[in-house]
Amino acid sequence: MVPLSWYIVLSAIVFSIGVFGFLARRNLIIVFMSLELMLNSVNISLAAFSHYLQSMRGQILVFFIITVAAAEAAIGLAILIAFYRNNPTIKVDEINLLKG
Amino acid sequence: METTDLVGLSGLRLIIPELTVICIALILLLLELIVKKKEVMAAVGIAGTLVALYGTFKLFGINGPGQAFANMFVLDGYANFFKLIFYVNVILTMCISLKYMAVEKASYGEYYALLLFSTSGMMIMASAADLIVLYLGLELMALSTYILAGLMRKQLRSNEAALKYFFLGAFSSAFLLYGISLTYGLTGTTNLKEIAASLQALNIADSPIVFLGLIFLIVSFGFKIALVPFHMWAPDVYEGAPTSITAFMSVGPKAAGFAVLGRVLFEAFGSMHVQWNAVLIPLAVITMAAGSVIALAQSNIKRMLAYSSIAHAGYMLLGIIAGTPGGLTSTVNYLMIYTFMNIGAFAVIIMLRREGFQGESIDDYMGLAKGHPLAAALMLIFMFSLTGIPPTAGFIGKFYVFMEAINSGHTNLAIIAVIFSVISAFFYLRIVMYMYMKDPKEDVVLTTSYSMNFALAITAVMVLVIGVFPSLLLDLVRVSIPG
Repeated sequence: MVPLSWYIVLSAIVFSIGVFGFLARRNLIIVFMSLELMLNSVNISLAAFSHYLQSMRGQILVFFIITVAAAEAAIGLAILIAFYRNNPTIKVDEINLLKG
Repeated sequence: METTDLVGLSGLRLIIPELTVICIALILLLLELIVKKKEVMAAVGIAGTLVALYGTFKLFGINGPGQAFANMFVLDGYANFFKLIFYVNVILTMCISLKYMAVEKASYGEYYALLLFSTSGMMIMASAADLIVLYLGLELMALSTYILAGLMRKQLRSNEAALKYFFLGAFSSAFLLYGISLTYGLTGTTNLKEIAASLQALNIADSPIVFLGLIFLIVSFGFKIALVPFHMWAPDVYEGAPTSITAFMSVGPKAAGFAVLGRVLFEAFGSMHVQWNAVLIPLAVITMAAGSVIALAQSNIKRMLAYSSIAHAGYMLLGIIAGTPGGLTSTVNYLMIYTFMNIGAFAVIIMLRREGFQGESIDDYMGLAKGHPLAAALMLIFMFSLTGIPPTAGFIGKFYVFMEAINSGHTNLAIIAVIFSVISAFFYLRIVMYMYMKDPKEDVVLTTSYSMNFALAITAVMVLVIGVFPSLLLDLVRVSIPG
């Protein structure tokens, strides 16, 4: 049987990759994918905890996270398209109208 | 826990206010197909909110504290008082936005539905006794607000505001989830009360991993209430979003963030007070410092108020740092006062906006008192209140927060807060100085309407009444939060 700590370490690594991608990448779509990566890393650790604790709460939360992530993706992409119509770029550095 | 009613149908009674708000929002979505007049939509929205308000206080009076849905949802004075803040916030926002959204050519019916959806999310957050419910409420609030920020689809700065708000908001909710997952893994539950019991029973309050989970939670709530260094989104989003939405989200999501921060820290992690203070005290100090100092350099009034709202978050945090029920009371009291004075200030900003004139630069306020003495006097009241000068309500809010900080032994922190409060007087009173002591550059025409006048009257009267008779509000808060 795979020990719990492996899952937790995997989840931490995936989460860190997500944070790094969010902060370091310059393409909005990749930033968006990094966000999803962060959410899914949490799903891994929740499912693992849920199994080892023999408690359903974690798995229930996983389903909620998947659902909310879908809603979030829909809204995020809609906002992205509304933005793209007025300013056709997906480079983070070029989104700098508001600053000061 | 009730075993006979596992589904919790009896609990439906406790969520009547939330159900009312959501139903009205759904009705508004359908109404938008038939009704062309936006005044009708706003009226229906306000009427629905008043029904929910009546429901909340009806339940509040009769039941007192109650729990539902396997202790996931709690209805107590704390939640009810926050719901009062959210109702006031959404009603005033609807009043100030009618004419404004028409001027911005973004007068959509969905606007009112989304305001109510967002409010229902905040209400769920205030009542959450479980981290799962907390997460769902937070997302309901946040997702609706992202859309509202980008509602002026044709304007690039609104698009950009929504984009920035969305990405940083989603980033912060990933942190929230990671914090929830760590807490769940170590305590074996997501219920706030059971987390506290589990921390005691397993004796893991000193564990660094629990502390790490707590830090993740604080970071994510810090994004919502715009604490430095998690505030980067606030100035950009406040500037780019429609002004009425800026007013809405400078109060609503911030109050909801404080509601969950207070409840999670006090109920679940009460035994770790020393640890969370080690994080919150430095955050409060840099929040007050950055908010007050950077606001000095702003030339756009919405951006200036964004930094001011960051500084106010720092002052409010003092009540939570105190860690006593009295401290929590003072924070909640401050939030209620802040609601009135901040929405009032944004209402004046909205009045200056008209076709072909932004009215967002501080220079636009030059000589306002000459042409429009009443508008200038109202702005003066709100600016004095935001500074914290008696006899306005802002003074009462700050006074009680600072007093609680001193009572709990954080005298240094209170002194720092007073110093930054004095610094912040510079940029608030600069507006007053521009209005009264400079000559107008061009004639300003105000855009007014009955609903706008109503909102201004309510906010100004409340700011003065609470300032002169603080016990009116304080008694209500003390009844809500026993301790």
